[in-house]
Amino acid sequence: MARKTIREAINEALRQEMARDPDVIIIGEDVSGGAGGSGEEDAYGGVMGVTKGLIGEFGRERVIDTPISESAIMGAAAGAATTGLRPVAELMFVDFVGVCFDQIMNQAAKFRYMFGGKARTPMVLRTMIGAGFRAAAQHSQSLYHLFTAVPGLKCVLPSNAYDAKGLMIQAIRDDDPVIFFEHKALYDIADEVPDEAYTIPFGEANFTREGDDVTIVAFSRMVHIANEVADKLRREGVSVEVLDPRTSSPLDTDSILESVEKTGRLVIVDESAARCGLAGDIAGMVAQEGFDFLRGPIRQVTVPHTPVPFAPTLEDAYIPSPAKVEAAVRQLLDTKPRRMSA
Amino acid sequence: MTFSESQLLDAYRRMRTIRDFEERIHTENTTGDIPGFVHLYAGQEAIATGVCLHLSEKDYIGSTHRGHGHCIAKLCDVKGMMKEIFGKQGGLCAGKGGSMHIADLSQGMLGANAIVGGNPPLAVGAALTAKTKQTRHCAVSFTGDGGSNQGTTFEAMNMAVVLQLPVLFVIENNGYGEGTGADYAVGSKDIAGRAAGFGMPAVRVDGTDFFAVAEAAGEAIERARNGGGPSAIEAVAMRFYGHYEGDPQTYRSAEELKRIREDSDCLRIFRTRVTAEGTLSEAQLDAIDAEVAELIDEAVAEARAADYPPVSELTTDVYVSY
Repeated sequence: MARKTIREAINEALRQEMARDPDVIIIGEDVSGGAGGSGEEDAYGGVMGVTKGLIGEFGRERVIDTPISESAIMGAAAGAATTGLRPVAELMFVDFVGVCFDQIMNQAAKFRYMFGGKARTPMVLRTMIGAGFRAAAQHSQSLYHLFTAVPGLKCVLPSNAYDAKGLMIQAIRDDDPVIFFEHKALYDIADEVPDEAYTIPFGEANFTREGDDVTIVAFSRMVHIANEVADKLRREGVSVEVLDPRTSSPLDTDSILESVEKTGRLVIVDESAARCGLAGDIAGMVAQEGFDFLRGPIRQVTVPHTPVPFAPTLEDAYIPSPAKVEAAVRQLLDTKPRRMSA
Repeated sequence: MTFSESQLLDAYRRMRTIRDFEERIHTENTTGDIPGFVHLYAGQEAIATGVCLHLSEKDYIGSTHRGHGHCIAKLCDVKGMMKEIFGKQGGLCAGKGGSMHIADLSQGMLGANAIVGGNPPLAVGAALTAKTKQTRHCAVSFTGDGGSNQGTTFEAMNMAVVLQLPVLFVIENNGYGEGTGADYAVGSKDIAGRAAGFGMPAVRVDGTDFFAVAEAAGEAIERARNGGGPSAIEAVAMRFYGHYEGDPQTYRSAEELKRIREDSDCLRIFRTRVTAEGTLSEAQLDAIDAEVAELIDEAVAEARAADYPPVSELTTDVYVSY
């Protein structure tokens, strides 16, 4: 056990699984970097350094730098998975899904159902999400809602290093296509992470704070914002429960409903989208399944219905902030309980 | 390249099965009992057969929306295919895929694919498996002249060259992408030349000539198995029917439609050649014709008699586990 960052935790998960199973390969743009160059072989190890060092241990046959061809990468991973490998493919930024979604949405996701249950497509697609890096509209989105909407895909959103390792190992061993969303702002967040391999099952939420007054559901980086708000309000005597579903597909609806039954108040913090995003999805589910638990309206704190802006003032205003989450919680606490008319 | 008598009989059986299967679907479809829409492969039989004759069930192929011929040439179960096309239980995809998604992984058939240009990246993946596991197996991507214009095909070809993968790209130029002429839509009018531009051996062959296809494919597949990387074959043929069943084909002239069966019938060309050379007899070929006719009759009867999947199947097999 040692403190490891999310970057290190994912790297360790990949290394341990590659050592355990020769069918696990890594394929993507600059996953080592340096192929065909005049300098070092492992120049990048992924643009964020997540796959650094793996080529030295496993060689170019298993850590494969590709041309900048996202459709070919996604399709190669899907085709290889269906024929016996367990590829971990990298889509550098989730924004690039625009040029290759067919291979994920129409191919990998559908093989099993479309072929009558005979196909297995055990691929992992690692991809980066998240605003806050002044990278503007085409390198900052958090498009996990698009993938969550596709039957056949599983969607994983680790918020801490312990989860990142366990969820990645589960993703690699899983027999369905798994999309693994890594938030740019979280790579250097460190936790105690066991050295040995372990898995965390999909569809099981993690309660990062326990409380009785308000439930906050948050994914990925938003979990940290929710925790910050919960800790601040606790000092005022307000008890906030924070629930990190960890996977958006499958979604642990039971835990969300149990928490809402206890607190009667729900705030959802979501970086994906203002419309048709995870917040709206969960709000709809709770309105249908848990309406009688609610003591006030469900509050959604999301990004606005705009592209991600460039200017620092605008981007800072774009991202759900602790202040906005706190305001939503306070607003909800101030809401008088619903009166049923006689 | 020489072919044994049994290989030639096998080739003829596959081509005849494809032809009869498609002609029969053409008729059955008019009853309205086949759900959805179908795209027939008749006229292109020599291409799928000339390629797949070199493959075992351990080699993979990716196919197109016009995939029945590839399935049969890859020895998928004909009765299971017919049931699938009727949307019935016992279909190769349990009635969940239909004509445009017939797959049989146990035969190395990675699926018909309703996305034009959808399969070349997948075939690259199957070839990556073969290379990584050092199996000497290979993958074949069947695409059309229409699919040859898709970016996915360009990406797949380049990636296959960069990674030196054992894959063969077969581009079936049947003259039309849906209703638009290939000579109009392919800017260079030279699909093989364009593939060669990615850095792989590429040839253009007469797709109505089984021997020409089989020879080119044999060479390319041997090269792939021996670590020589990818190749491409542009095979030129004519589809007998429209883009889809019911297509009025007004984009084709009456003269062209009349000529197709006279000039471009790969089965007749094959029969004429092997009987003239004396390698196969009319009686041997007639016997296959009779057996295939019976098989197709049985396949249709069994498909019609089979039940549709129960509604309880709606939500099964989305995931391995969820």
